[in-house]
Amino acid sequence: MVRYILRRVLVLIPTWFAIGILAFFLIRLAPGDPAAIILGTEGLAGIEQVHQRLGLDRPLLVQLSGWLVNAARGDLGDSFFLGRSVSEAILERIPVTLSLAFLSIGIAVIIGVPLGIAAALRPNSARDTSIMGVSLLGLSLPEFFTGLILIYVFSVALGWMPAGGYEPLSSGVVPWARHLLMPSFALGFLQSARIARMTRSSMLEVLNSDYVRTARAKGLWESRVVWKHALRNAILPVVTVVGMVFALLLSGAFITEVLFRLPGAGNLIISAVKRRDYPIAQGGLLVFSTAVLVINMVVDLLYVYIDPLIKYQ
Amino acid sequence: MPTSVNSAFRFFRRTTSLLVGSLVLAAILLGVVLVPLLVRTEPVLMDMARPLLPPSWTVLFGTDDLGRDLLSRVLHGGRTSLLIGLEVMLLTGLFGTAIGLVTGYFERVDLVVMRLMDILMAFPSLLLAIAILTIMPGNPFGVVIALTVVYTPRTVRVVRSVVLSTAEEGYVEAARAVGVSTRTILVRHILPGVIPSLVVQETFLFAYAILGEAGLSFVGVGIQPPLPSWGNIMGDARALLREAPWLLFFPGMGIMLTVLSLNLIGDGLRDALDPKRARLKA
Repeated sequence: MVRYILRRVLVLIPTWFAIGILAFFLIRLAPGDPAAIILGTEGLAGIEQVHQRLGLDRPLLVQLSGWLVNAARGDLGDSFFLGRSVSEAILERIPVTLSLAFLSIGIAVIIGVPLGIAAALRPNSARDTSIMGVSLLGLSLPEFFTGLILIYVFSVALGWMPAGGYEPLSSGVVPWARHLLMPSFALGFLQSARIARMTRSSMLEVLNSDYVRTARAKGLWESRVVWKHALRNAILPVVTVVGMVFALLLSGAFITEVLFRLPGAGNLIISAVKRRDYPIAQGGLLVFSTAVLVINMVVDLLYVYIDPLIKYQ
Repeated sequence: MPTSVNSAFRFFRRTTSLLVGSLVLAAILLGVVLVPLLVRTEPVLMDMARPLLPPSWTVLFGTDDLGRDLLSRVLHGGRTSLLIGLEVMLLTGLFGTAIGLVTGYFERVDLVVMRLMDILMAFPSLLLAIAILTIMPGNPFGVVIALTVVYTPRTVRVVRSVVLSTAEEGYVEAARAVGVSTRTILVRHILPGVIPSLVVQETFLFAYAILGEAGLSFVGVGIQPPLPSWGNIMGDARALLREAPWLLFFPGMGIMLTVLSLNLIGDGLRDALDPKRARLKA
Protein backbone atom coordinates (compact mmCIF):
# COMPACT_ATOMS: atom_id res chain seq x y z
CA MET A 1 0.00 0.00 0.00
CA VAL A 2 2.74 2.44 0.97
CA ARG A 3 4.58 1.65 -2.26
CA TYR A 4 1.43 2.23 -4.27
CA ILE A 5 0.87 5.64 -2.68
CA LEU A 6 4.51 6.50 -3.22
CA ARG A 7 4.31 5.62 -6.90
CA ARG A 8 1.16 7.68 -7.39
CA VAL A 9 2.84 10.67 -5.78
CA LEU A 10 5.93 10.22 -7.96
CA VAL A 11 3.83 10.24 -11.14
CA LEU A 12 2.22 13.43 -9.89
CA ILE A 13 5.50 15.38 -10.01
CA PRO A 14 6.15 15.47 -13.78
CA THR A 15 2.43 16.04 -14.41
CA TRP A 16 2.53 18.98 -12.01
CA PHE A 17 5.47 20.55 -13.85
CA ALA A 18 3.79 20.05 -17.21
CA ILE A 19 0.67 21.80 -15.91
CA GLY A 20 2.78 24.67 -14.61
CA ILE A 21 4.54 25.10 -17.97
CA LEU A 22 1.24 25.02 -19.87
CA ALA A 23 -0.37 27.53 -17.49
CA PHE A 24 2.63 29.85 -17.78
CA PHE A 25 2.62 30.00 -21.58
CA LEU A 26 -1.16 30.03 -21.93
CA ILE A 27 -1.47 33.15 -19.80
CA ARG A 28 1.38 34.87 -21.67
CA LEU A 29 0.00 34.11 -25.13
CA ALA A 30 -2.77 36.63 -24.62
CA PRO A 31 -2.14 40.00 -26.23
CA GLY A 32 -1.69 42.94 -23.87
CA ASP A 33 1.09 44.08 -21.58
CA PRO A 34 0.47 44.27 -17.83
CA ALA A 35 3.01 47.10 -17.59
CA ALA A 36 0.97 49.18 -20.04
CA ILE A 37 -2.15 48.47 -17.98
CA ILE A 38 -0.36 49.61 -14.81
CA LEU A 39 0.84 52.82 -16.46
CA GLY A 40 -2.66 53.34 -17.82
CA THR A 41 -3.38 56.45 -19.84
CA GLU A 42 -0.39 58.40 -18.56
CA GLY A 43 1.65 57.15 -21.47
CA LEU A 44 4.28 54.51 -21.86
CA ALA A 45 7.24 56.60 -20.75
CA GLY A 46 8.42 54.48 -17.85
CA ILE A 47 7.52 51.12 -19.34
CA GLU A 48 11.10 49.81 -19.24
CA GLN A 49 11.33 50.39 -15.50
CA VAL A 50 7.97 48.72 -14.88
CA HIS A 51 9.07 45.71 -16.93
CA GLN A 52 12.21 45.54 -14.87
CA ARG A 53 10.33 45.84 -11.58
CA LEU A 54 7.91 43.04 -12.54
CA GLY A 55 10.73 40.88 -13.87
CA LEU A 56 9.19 40.86 -17.34
CA ASP A 57 12.44 42.01 -18.98
CA ARG A 58 14.11 38.65 -18.36
CA PRO A 59 14.02 35.93 -21.04
CA LEU A 60 10.81 33.84 -20.91
CA LEU A 61 12.59 30.62 -20.01
CA VAL A 62 14.35 32.30 -17.09
CA GLN A 63 11.02 33.66 -15.86
CA LEU A 64 9.43 30.22 -16.26
CA SER A 65 12.10 28.26 -14.43
CA GLY A 66 12.30 30.84 -11.66
CA TRP A 67 8.54 30.74 -11.17
CA LEU A 68 8.31 26.94 -11.23
CA VAL A 69 11.18 26.41 -8.78
CA ASN A 70 9.68 28.94 -6.36
CA ALA A 71 6.20 27.48 -6.84
CA ALA A 72 7.49 24.03 -5.95
CA ARG A 73 8.67 25.56 -2.66
CA GLY A 74 5.22 27.06 -2.13
CA ASP A 75 6.08 30.63 -3.18
CA LEU A 76 3.89 31.78 -6.07
CA GLY A 77 5.26 35.31 -6.24
CA ASP A 78 3.48 38.64 -5.90
CA SER A 79 0.44 39.97 -7.72
CA PHE A 80 1.07 42.78 -10.23
CA PHE A 81 -1.97 44.73 -9.09
CA LEU A 82 -3.11 43.71 -5.61
CA GLY A 83 0.04 44.65 -3.74
CA ARG A 84 0.22 41.29 -2.00
CA SER A 85 1.47 37.77 -2.57
CA VAL A 86 -0.45 35.33 -4.75
CA SER A 87 -0.72 32.81 -1.90
CA GLU A 88 -2.28 35.46 0.35
CA ALA A 89 -4.80 36.48 -2.28
CA ILE A 90 -5.81 32.86 -3.00
CA LEU A 91 -5.88 31.83 0.68
CA GLU A 92 -8.19 34.72 1.44
CA ARG A 93 -10.67 33.46 -1.18
CA ILE A 94 -10.43 29.76 -0.32
CA PRO A 95 -12.99 29.75 2.55
CA VAL A 96 -15.68 31.07 0.18
CA THR A 97 -14.88 28.51 -2.50
CA LEU A 98 -14.65 25.64 -0.01
CA SER A 99 -17.89 26.61 1.76
CA LEU A 100 -19.72 26.69 -1.56
CA ALA A 101 -18.20 23.39 -2.70
CA PHE A 102 -18.97 21.52 0.55
CA LEU A 103 -22.53 22.81 0.84
CA SER A 104 -23.23 22.03 -2.82
CA ILE A 105 -21.88 18.52 -2.61
CA GLY A 106 -23.85 17.97 0.60
CA ILE A 107 -27.06 19.03 -1.11
CA ALA A 108 -26.22 16.96 -4.20
CA VAL A 109 -25.60 13.79 -2.16
CA ILE A 110 -28.65 14.27 0.10
CA ILE A 111 -30.92 14.63 -2.93
CA GLY A 112 -29.13 12.37 -5.38
CA VAL A 113 -28.33 9.18 -3.48
CA PRO A 114 -31.82 8.44 -2.04
CA LEU A 115 -33.48 9.25 -5.37
CA GLY A 116 -31.05 6.97 -7.19
CA ILE A 117 -31.76 4.12 -4.76
CA ALA A 118 -35.52 4.68 -4.96
CA ALA A 119 -35.36 4.53 -8.74
CA ALA A 120 -33.19 1.39 -8.76
CA LEU A 121 -35.49 -0.53 -6.40
CA ARG A 122 -38.33 -0.39 -8.95
CA PRO A 123 -36.48 -0.30 -12.28
CA ASN A 124 -38.52 0.91 -15.25
CA SER A 125 -41.56 1.60 -13.11
CA ALA A 126 -43.46 4.85 -13.20
CA ARG A 127 -41.50 5.98 -10.13
CA ASP A 128 -38.17 5.24 -11.81
CA THR A 129 -39.25 6.98 -15.01
CA SER A 130 -40.33 10.11 -13.21
CA ILE A 131 -37.19 10.28 -11.02
CA MET A 132 -34.98 9.87 -14.07
CA GLY A 133 -37.07 12.45 -15.90
CA VAL A 134 -36.53 15.02 -13.16
CA SER A 135 -32.81 14.24 -13.06
CA LEU A 136 -32.59 14.76 -16.81
CA LEU A 137 -34.23 18.14 -16.33
CA GLY A 138 -31.65 18.91 -13.63
CA LEU A 139 -28.82 18.09 -16.05
CA SER A 140 -30.33 20.45 -18.63
CA LEU A 141 -30.68 23.52 -16.42
CA PRO A 142 -27.60 25.74 -16.48
CA GLU A 143 -26.68 26.61 -12.88
CA PHE A 144 -27.00 30.33 -13.56
CA PHE A 145 -30.58 29.89 -14.80
CA THR A 146 -31.52 27.91 -11.67
CA GLY A 147 -29.75 30.59 -9.63
CA LEU A 148 -31.67 33.42 -11.35
CA ILE A 149 -34.98 31.64 -10.77
CA LEU A 150 -34.08 31.22 -7.07
CA ILE A 151 -33.10 34.90 -6.80
CA TYR A 152 -36.32 35.97 -8.49
CA VAL A 153 -38.55 33.85 -6.25
CA PHE A 154 -36.80 34.11 -2.87
CA SER A 155 -35.13 37.52 -3.06
CA VAL A 156 -37.16 39.66 -5.45
CA ALA A 157 -40.67 38.29 -4.96
CA LEU A 158 -40.62 36.99 -1.38
CA GLY A 159 -37.68 38.95 0.02
CA TRP A 160 -36.57 36.04 2.23
CA MET A 161 -33.00 35.69 1.03
CA PRO A 162 -30.15 38.04 0.12
CA ALA A 163 -29.65 38.13 -3.66
CA GLY A 164 -25.88 37.97 -3.38
CA GLY A 165 -22.78 38.74 -1.38
CA TYR A 166 -20.98 36.78 1.30
CA GLU A 167 -20.68 36.73 5.08
CA PRO A 168 -17.78 34.77 6.61
CA LEU A 169 -18.52 31.97 9.04
CA SER A 170 -16.95 34.07 11.80
CA SER A 171 -19.92 36.49 11.71
CA GLY A 172 -22.31 33.65 12.56
CA VAL A 173 -23.64 30.46 11.03
CA VAL A 174 -27.01 31.93 10.07
CA PRO A 175 -25.80 34.89 7.97
CA TRP A 176 -23.17 32.62 6.39
CA ALA A 177 -25.78 30.00 5.48
CA ARG A 178 -28.28 32.59 4.27
CA HIS A 179 -25.79 33.86 1.72
CA LEU A 180 -24.69 30.42 0.58
CA LEU A 181 -27.95 28.47 0.52
CA MET A 182 -29.20 29.62 -2.88
CA PRO A 183 -25.87 29.38 -4.74
CA SER A 184 -25.24 25.94 -3.21
CA PHE A 185 -28.66 24.76 -4.23
CA ALA A 186 -28.25 26.06 -7.79
CA LEU A 187 -25.00 24.10 -8.11
CA GLY A 188 -26.09 21.12 -6.02
CA PHE A 189 -29.32 20.51 -7.92
CA LEU A 190 -27.39 20.12 -11.18
CA GLN A 191 -24.90 17.73 -9.58
CA SER A 192 -27.57 15.76 -7.70
CA ALA A 193 -28.92 14.69 -11.09
CA ARG A 194 -25.53 13.27 -12.01
CA ILE A 195 -25.21 11.48 -8.66
CA ALA A 196 -28.78 10.08 -8.83
CA ARG A 197 -28.10 8.56 -12.25
CA MET A 198 -24.83 7.02 -11.11
CA THR A 199 -26.36 5.64 -7.90
CA ARG A 200 -29.23 4.13 -9.86
CA SER A 201 -27.08 2.33 -12.42
CA SER A 202 -24.60 1.11 -9.83
CA MET A 203 -27.41 -0.11 -7.54
CA LEU A 204 -29.12 -1.90 -10.43
CA GLU A 205 -25.92 -3.70 -11.32
CA VAL A 206 -25.48 -4.91 -7.73
CA LEU A 207 -29.13 -5.90 -7.30
CA ASN A 208 -28.79 -8.19 -10.33
CA SER A 209 -25.69 -9.91 -8.97
CA ASP A 210 -25.41 -13.46 -7.69
CA TYR A 211 -24.72 -12.65 -4.06
CA VAL A 212 -27.83 -10.53 -3.79
CA ARG A 213 -29.84 -13.38 -5.28
CA THR A 214 -28.22 -15.71 -2.72
CA ALA A 215 -29.07 -13.31 0.10
CA ARG A 216 -32.66 -13.21 -1.05
CA ALA A 217 -32.75 -17.00 -1.45
CA LYS A 218 -31.55 -17.37 2.14
CA GLY A 219 -34.79 -15.68 3.07
CA LEU A 220 -33.28 -12.43 4.34
CA TRP A 221 -35.59 -9.47 4.69
CA GLU A 222 -35.57 -7.32 1.61
CA SER A 223 -34.56 -4.27 3.64
CA ARG A 224 -31.53 -6.12 4.98
CA VAL A 225 -30.60 -7.26 1.47
CA VAL A 226 -30.80 -3.72 0.16
CA TRP A 227 -29.09 -1.86 2.99
CA LYS A 228 -26.51 -4.41 4.14
CA HIS A 229 -25.62 -6.34 1.01
CA ALA A 230 -26.39 -4.17 -1.97
CA LEU A 231 -25.80 -0.59 -0.91
CA ARG A 232 -22.33 -1.12 0.49
CA ASN A 233 -21.14 -2.42 -2.84
CA ALA A 234 -23.17 -0.07 -4.95
CA ILE A 235 -21.71 2.98 -3.24
CA LEU A 236 -18.23 2.45 -4.73
CA PRO A 237 -18.72 4.06 -8.14
CA VAL A 238 -20.76 6.75 -6.43
CA VAL A 239 -17.68 7.67 -4.37
CA THR A 240 -15.79 8.22 -7.61
CA VAL A 241 -18.51 10.47 -8.98
CA VAL A 242 -18.70 12.43 -5.75
CA GLY A 243 -14.94 12.96 -5.93
CA MET A 244 -15.16 14.10 -9.54
CA VAL A 245 -18.04 16.42 -8.75
CA PHE A 246 -16.11 17.88 -5.82
CA ALA A 247 -13.12 18.63 -8.04
CA LEU A 248 -15.49 20.18 -10.56
CA LEU A 249 -17.13 22.32 -7.89
CA LEU A 250 -13.84 23.61 -6.54
CA SER A 251 -12.91 25.04 -9.88
CA GLY A 252 -16.06 25.19 -11.97
CA ALA A 253 -18.18 27.20 -9.59
CA PHE A 254 -17.04 30.58 -10.88
CA ILE A 255 -20.21 31.23 -12.88
CA THR A 256 -22.19 30.84 -9.67
CA GLU A 257 -19.63 33.03 -7.87
CA VAL A 258 -20.13 35.75 -10.48
CA LEU A 259 -23.93 35.47 -10.37
CA PHE A 260 -24.18 35.67 -6.56
CA ARG A 261 -21.27 38.11 -6.22
CA LEU A 262 -19.34 35.68 -4.03
CA PRO A 263 -15.69 36.70 -3.54
CA GLY A 264 -14.37 33.22 -4.37
CA ALA A 265 -11.20 32.04 -6.04
CA GLY A 266 -12.86 31.63 -9.45
CA ASN A 267 -13.78 35.31 -9.48
CA LEU A 268 -10.20 36.18 -8.53
CA ILE A 269 -8.70 34.19 -11.41
CA ILE A 270 -11.12 35.60 -14.01
CA SER A 271 -10.31 39.19 -13.12
CA ALA A 272 -6.60 38.33 -13.09
CA VAL A 273 -6.81 36.80 -16.58
CA LYS A 274 -8.69 39.87 -17.80
CA ARG A 275 -6.13 42.44 -16.62
CA ARG A 276 -3.09 40.22 -17.31
CA ASP A 277 -2.11 39.78 -13.69
CA TYR A 278 0.21 36.92 -14.71
CA PRO A 279 1.23 35.71 -11.22
CA ILE A 280 -2.37 35.39 -9.96
CA ALA A 281 -3.67 33.88 -13.21
CA GLN A 282 -0.97 31.25 -13.68
CA GLY A 283 -0.71 30.61 -9.95
CA GLY A 284 -4.47 30.16 -9.64
CA LEU A 285 -4.61 27.76 -12.57
CA LEU A 286 -1.71 25.79 -11.08
CA VAL A 287 -3.26 25.63 -7.59
CA PHE A 288 -6.65 24.44 -8.87
CA SER A 289 -5.21 21.88 -11.28
CA THR A 290 -3.09 20.55 -8.44
CA ALA A 291 -6.22 20.28 -6.30
CA VAL A 292 -7.93 18.30 -9.07
CA LEU A 293 -4.93 15.96 -9.36
CA VAL A 294 -4.79 15.41 -5.61
CA ILE A 295 -8.53 14.80 -5.31
CA ASN A 296 -8.41 12.27 -8.15
CA MET A 297 -5.58 10.50 -6.39
CA VAL A 298 -7.37 10.49 -3.04
CA VAL A 299 -10.49 9.06 -4.72
CA ASP A 300 -8.40 6.27 -6.25
CA LEU A 301 -6.82 5.51 -2.88
CA LEU A 302 -10.21 5.58 -1.17
CA TYR A 303 -11.42 3.12 -3.75
CA VAL A 304 -8.64 0.70 -2.90
CA TYR A 305 -9.42 1.12 0.77
CA ILE A 306 -13.18 0.52 0.44
CA ASP A 307 -13.02 -2.34 -2.03
CA PRO A 308 -10.77 -5.19 -0.88
CA LEU A 309 -11.09 -6.78 -4.34
CA ILE A 310 -9.06 -4.07 -6.04
CA LYS A 311 -5.41 -4.98 -5.91
CA TYR A 312 -2.99 -2.11 -6.01
CA GLN A 313 0.25 -2.84 -7.78
CA MET B 1 -44.90 -5.14 -10.93
CA PRO B 2 -45.10 -7.86 -13.62
CA THR B 3 -42.25 -7.97 -16.10
CA SER B 4 -44.41 -7.39 -19.16
CA VAL B 5 -45.57 -4.07 -17.75
CA ASN B 6 -41.96 -3.16 -16.92
CA SER B 7 -40.68 -3.94 -20.39
CA ALA B 8 -43.59 -1.99 -21.79
CA PHE B 9 -42.42 0.97 -19.69
CA ARG B 10 -38.91 0.45 -20.96
CA PHE B 11 -39.91 0.39 -24.58
CA PHE B 12 -42.17 3.37 -24.00
CA ARG B 13 -39.39 5.31 -22.34
CA ARG B 14 -36.79 4.57 -24.98
CA THR B 15 -38.98 5.48 -27.91
CA THR B 16 -40.57 8.50 -26.23
CA SER B 17 -37.26 9.98 -25.15
CA LEU B 18 -35.95 9.71 -28.72
CA LEU B 19 -39.21 10.94 -30.18
CA VAL B 20 -39.82 13.83 -27.79
CA GLY B 21 -36.17 14.87 -27.94
CA SER B 22 -36.10 14.88 -31.74
CA LEU B 23 -39.40 16.75 -32.00
CA VAL B 24 -38.33 19.48 -29.56
CA LEU B 25 -34.93 19.84 -31.21
CA ALA B 26 -36.52 19.95 -34.68
CA ALA B 27 -38.93 22.67 -33.54
CA ILE B 28 -36.08 24.75 -32.09
CA LEU B 29 -33.95 24.28 -35.22
CA LEU B 30 -36.86 25.24 -37.44
CA GLY B 31 -37.53 28.37 -35.41
CA VAL B 32 -33.89 29.38 -35.34
CA VAL B 33 -33.25 28.72 -39.03
CA LEU B 34 -36.50 29.95 -40.56
CA VAL B 35 -38.01 32.60 -38.35
CA PRO B 36 -35.23 35.19 -38.60
CA LEU B 37 -36.30 35.32 -42.25
CA LEU B 38 -39.91 35.93 -41.24
CA VAL B 39 -39.55 38.22 -38.22
CA ARG B 40 -39.07 41.67 -39.62
CA THR B 41 -37.53 43.37 -36.56
CA GLU B 42 -33.77 43.17 -36.64
CA PRO B 43 -32.10 41.88 -33.46
CA VAL B 44 -30.03 45.03 -33.14
CA LEU B 45 -32.75 47.48 -34.12
CA MET B 46 -33.28 49.85 -31.19
CA ASP B 47 -36.50 51.67 -30.49
CA MET B 48 -36.10 53.97 -27.50
CA ALA B 49 -39.83 54.72 -27.59
CA ARG B 50 -40.67 51.28 -26.28
CA PRO B 51 -38.09 50.05 -23.77
CA LEU B 52 -38.88 47.15 -21.39
CA LEU B 53 -42.30 46.25 -22.76
CA PRO B 54 -43.59 43.09 -21.05
CA PRO B 55 -44.63 40.16 -23.26
CA SER B 56 -47.97 40.79 -25.02
CA TRP B 57 -49.70 39.88 -28.26
CA THR B 58 -47.94 42.64 -30.17
CA VAL B 59 -44.45 41.87 -28.82
CA LEU B 60 -44.60 38.16 -27.95
CA PHE B 61 -41.46 38.02 -25.78
CA GLY B 62 -41.43 41.72 -24.84
CA THR B 63 -38.57 44.19 -25.46
CA ASP B 64 -35.29 44.90 -23.70
CA ASP B 65 -33.94 48.12 -22.17
CA LEU B 66 -32.94 49.41 -25.60
CA GLY B 67 -36.37 48.64 -27.07
CA ARG B 68 -35.09 45.68 -29.07
CA ASP B 69 -37.56 42.89 -29.81
CA LEU B 70 -36.67 39.94 -27.56
CA LEU B 71 -38.26 37.27 -29.77
CA SER B 72 -36.02 38.29 -32.63
CA ARG B 73 -32.99 38.42 -30.35
CA VAL B 74 -33.70 35.01 -28.84
CA LEU B 75 -34.06 33.44 -32.29
CA HIS B 76 -30.88 35.06 -33.57
CA GLY B 77 -29.13 34.23 -30.32
CA GLY B 78 -30.24 30.62 -30.70
CA ARG B 79 -28.65 30.61 -34.12
CA THR B 80 -25.31 31.64 -32.60
CA SER B 81 -25.56 29.19 -29.69
CA LEU B 82 -26.61 26.21 -31.82
CA LEU B 83 -24.00 26.95 -34.48
CA ILE B 84 -21.26 27.05 -31.87
CA GLY B 85 -22.55 23.82 -30.32
CA LEU B 86 -22.60 22.17 -33.73
CA GLU B 87 -19.08 23.32 -34.61
CA VAL B 88 -17.69 22.15 -31.29
CA MET B 89 -19.44 18.81 -31.73
CA LEU B 90 -17.99 18.30 -35.22
CA LEU B 91 -14.48 19.41 -34.28
CA THR B 92 -14.28 17.34 -31.09
CA GLY B 93 -15.71 14.40 -33.05
CA LEU B 94 -13.05 14.79 -35.73
CA PHE B 95 -10.05 15.35 -33.46
CA GLY B 96 -11.31 12.99 -30.77
CA THR B 97 -11.76 10.15 -33.27
CA ALA B 98 -8.41 10.69 -34.96
CA ILE B 99 -6.49 10.91 -31.69
CA GLY B 100 -8.49 8.11 -30.06
CA LEU B 101 -7.92 5.73 -32.99
CA VAL B 102 -4.18 6.31 -33.08
CA THR B 103 -3.59 6.24 -29.32
CA GLY B 104 -5.79 3.20 -28.83
CA TYR B 105 -3.94 1.27 -31.51
CA PHE B 106 -0.31 2.26 -31.00
CA GLU B 107 0.84 1.61 -27.46
CA ARG B 108 3.79 4.02 -27.57
CA VAL B 109 1.73 6.96 -28.78
CA ASP B 110 -0.82 6.08 -26.12
CA LEU B 111 1.60 6.59 -23.26
CA VAL B 112 2.47 10.12 -24.35
CA VAL B 113 -0.89 11.31 -25.62
CA MET B 114 -2.90 10.07 -22.66
CA ARG B 115 -0.60 11.91 -20.25
CA LEU B 116 -1.27 15.02 -22.29
CA MET B 117 -5.02 14.39 -22.09
CA ASP B 118 -4.74 13.88 -18.31
CA ILE B 119 -3.01 17.23 -18.04
CA LEU B 120 -5.71 18.95 -20.07
CA MET B 121 -8.39 17.27 -17.96
CA ALA B 122 -6.73 18.41 -14.73
CA PHE B 123 -7.31 22.04 -15.68
CA PRO B 124 -10.62 23.45 -14.50
CA SER B 125 -12.42 23.25 -17.83
CA LEU B 126 -14.14 26.62 -18.11
CA LEU B 127 -11.21 28.48 -16.54
CA LEU B 128 -8.99 26.88 -19.19
CA ALA B 129 -11.49 28.00 -21.81
CA ILE B 130 -11.34 31.57 -20.48
CA ALA B 131 -7.54 31.56 -20.63
CA ILE B 132 -7.63 30.34 -24.24
CA LEU B 133 -10.30 32.92 -25.07
CA THR B 134 -8.12 35.83 -23.98
CA ILE B 135 -5.71 34.86 -26.76
CA MET B 136 -8.43 35.52 -29.34
CA PRO B 137 -10.58 38.21 -27.75
CA GLY B 138 -13.90 39.12 -29.36
CA ASN B 139 -13.75 36.38 -31.97
CA PRO B 140 -16.75 33.99 -31.98
CA PHE B 141 -14.56 31.24 -33.43
CA GLY B 142 -12.31 31.65 -30.39
CA VAL B 143 -15.17 30.27 -28.30
CA VAL B 144 -15.35 27.25 -30.63
CA ILE B 145 -11.61 26.63 -30.36
CA ALA B 146 -11.56 27.06 -26.58
CA LEU B 147 -14.45 24.63 -26.05
CA THR B 148 -12.96 22.16 -28.55
CA VAL B 149 -9.64 22.08 -26.68
CA VAL B 150 -11.46 21.64 -23.38
CA TYR B 151 -13.84 18.89 -24.50
CA THR B 152 -11.74 16.84 -26.96
CA PRO B 153 -10.13 14.70 -24.21
CA ARG B 154 -13.59 13.37 -23.29
CA THR B 155 -14.18 12.09 -26.82
CA VAL B 156 -10.64 10.70 -27.00
CA ARG B 157 -11.33 8.63 -23.88
CA VAL B 158 -14.52 7.14 -25.27
CA VAL B 159 -13.03 6.33 -28.68
CA ARG B 160 -9.83 4.95 -27.20
CA SER B 161 -11.63 2.56 -24.86
CA VAL B 162 -13.61 1.08 -27.77
CA VAL B 163 -10.46 0.81 -29.92
CA LEU B 164 -8.60 -0.96 -27.11
CA SER B 165 -11.27 -3.65 -26.83
CA THR B 166 -11.84 -3.98 -30.60
CA ALA B 167 -8.14 -4.35 -31.38
CA GLU B 168 -8.19 -7.62 -29.44
CA GLU B 169 -11.02 -9.08 -31.54
CA GLY B 170 -10.37 -12.13 -33.73
CA TYR B 171 -11.27 -10.42 -36.98
CA VAL B 172 -8.75 -7.64 -36.41
CA GLU B 173 -6.12 -10.23 -35.57
CA ALA B 174 -7.03 -12.12 -38.76
CA ALA B 175 -6.83 -8.98 -40.90
CA ARG B 176 -3.40 -8.24 -39.49
CA ALA B 177 -2.28 -11.83 -40.12
CA VAL B 178 -3.17 -11.72 -43.81
CA GLY B 179 -1.23 -8.47 -44.18
CA VAL B 180 -3.94 -5.83 -44.37
CA SER B 181 -2.36 -2.40 -43.98
CA THR B 182 -2.65 -0.66 -40.64
CA ARG B 183 -4.57 2.22 -42.18
CA THR B 184 -7.15 -0.12 -43.66
CA ILE B 185 -7.49 -1.98 -40.36
CA LEU B 186 -8.08 1.27 -38.49
CA VAL B 187 -10.54 2.71 -40.98
CA ARG B 188 -12.37 -0.36 -42.26
CA HIS B 189 -12.29 -2.74 -39.32
CA ILE B 190 -12.03 -0.68 -36.14
CA LEU B 191 -13.71 2.65 -36.95
CA PRO B 192 -17.17 1.14 -37.68
CA GLY B 193 -17.21 -0.35 -34.18
CA VAL B 194 -16.47 3.06 -32.69
CA ILE B 195 -19.38 4.82 -34.40
CA PRO B 196 -22.23 3.92 -31.99
CA SER B 197 -20.42 5.10 -28.86
CA LEU B 198 -19.14 8.13 -30.75
CA VAL B 199 -22.62 9.18 -31.85
CA VAL B 200 -23.93 8.93 -28.29
CA GLN B 201 -20.92 10.79 -26.88
CA GLU B 202 -21.13 13.61 -29.43
CA THR B 203 -24.85 14.10 -28.78
CA PHE B 204 -24.08 14.74 -25.11
CA LEU B 205 -21.11 16.87 -26.13
CA PHE B 206 -23.36 19.08 -28.25
CA ALA B 207 -25.35 19.70 -25.06
CA TYR B 208 -22.18 20.37 -23.02
CA ALA B 209 -20.92 22.82 -25.63
CA ILE B 210 -24.17 24.78 -25.55
CA LEU B 211 -24.01 24.94 -21.75
CA GLY B 212 -20.32 25.93 -21.92
CA GLU B 213 -20.90 28.72 -24.42
CA ALA B 214 -23.89 29.97 -22.41
CA GLY B 215 -21.86 30.08 -19.19
CA LEU B 216 -18.89 31.87 -20.79
CA SER B 217 -21.10 34.41 -22.53
CA PHE B 218 -23.17 34.89 -19.38
CA VAL B 219 -20.11 36.05 -17.41
CA GLY B 220 -19.10 38.24 -20.35
CA VAL B 221 -16.06 36.47 -21.79
CA GLY B 222 -17.73 34.40 -24.54
CA ILE B 223 -19.72 35.75 -27.47
CA GLN B 224 -19.53 39.56 -27.45
CA PRO B 225 -22.46 41.88 -28.20
CA PRO B 226 -23.84 43.09 -30.56
CA LEU B 227 -23.87 39.47 -31.81
CA PRO B 228 -26.57 37.95 -29.59
CA SER B 229 -26.28 34.53 -27.95
CA TRP B 230 -28.54 33.03 -25.30
CA GLY B 231 -25.81 33.39 -22.71
CA ASN B 232 -24.96 37.03 -23.38
CA ILE B 233 -28.61 38.12 -23.59
CA MET B 234 -29.01 36.72 -20.07
CA GLY B 235 -25.73 38.24 -18.89
CA ASP B 236 -26.78 41.69 -20.15
CA ALA B 237 -30.18 41.42 -18.49
CA ARG B 238 -28.91 40.24 -15.09
CA ALA B 239 -29.30 43.66 -13.52
CA LEU B 240 -32.86 43.91 -14.85
CA LEU B 241 -34.13 40.78 -13.08
CA ARG B 242 -36.53 42.80 -10.95
CA GLU B 243 -37.89 45.05 -13.71
CA ALA B 244 -37.89 42.67 -16.68
CA PRO B 245 -37.64 38.99 -15.69
CA TRP B 246 -38.80 37.97 -19.17
CA LEU B 247 -35.40 39.01 -20.56
CA LEU B 248 -33.89 36.14 -18.56
CA PHE B 249 -36.75 33.67 -18.81
CA PHE B 250 -36.99 33.24 -22.60
CA PRO B 251 -33.29 32.75 -23.45
CA GLY B 252 -32.98 30.53 -20.35
CA MET B 253 -35.82 28.36 -21.60
CA GLY B 254 -34.10 28.23 -24.99
CA ILE B 255 -30.96 26.79 -23.42
CA MET B 256 -32.88 24.41 -21.20
CA LEU B 257 -35.12 23.00 -23.94
CA THR B 258 -32.22 22.55 -26.36
CA VAL B 259 -30.02 20.80 -23.82
CA LEU B 260 -32.94 18.70 -22.56
CA SER B 261 -33.81 17.57 -26.08
CA LEU B 262 -30.18 16.65 -26.75
CA ASN B 263 -29.98 14.71 -23.48
CA LEU B 264 -33.19 12.86 -24.35
CA ILE B 265 -31.84 11.99 -27.79
CA GLY B 266 -28.53 10.90 -26.27
CA ASP B 267 -30.29 8.62 -23.77
CA GLY B 268 -32.52 7.16 -26.46
CA LEU B 269 -29.61 6.58 -28.82
CA ARG B 270 -27.61 4.91 -26.08
CA ASP B 271 -30.53 2.56 -25.42
CA ALA B 272 -30.84 1.77 -29.11
CA LEU B 273 -27.18 1.62 -30.18
CA ASP B 274 -25.42 0.40 -27.09
CA PRO B 275 -27.76 -2.17 -25.53
CA LYS B 276 -25.16 -3.69 -23.24
CA ARG B 277 -24.49 -0.46 -21.37
CA ALA B 278 -28.03 0.80 -21.72
CA ARG B 279 -29.51 -2.12 -19.78
CA LEU B 280 -28.02 -0.64 -16.63
CA LYS B 281 -27.53 3.01 -17.46
CA ALA B 282 -30.88 4.04 -18.89
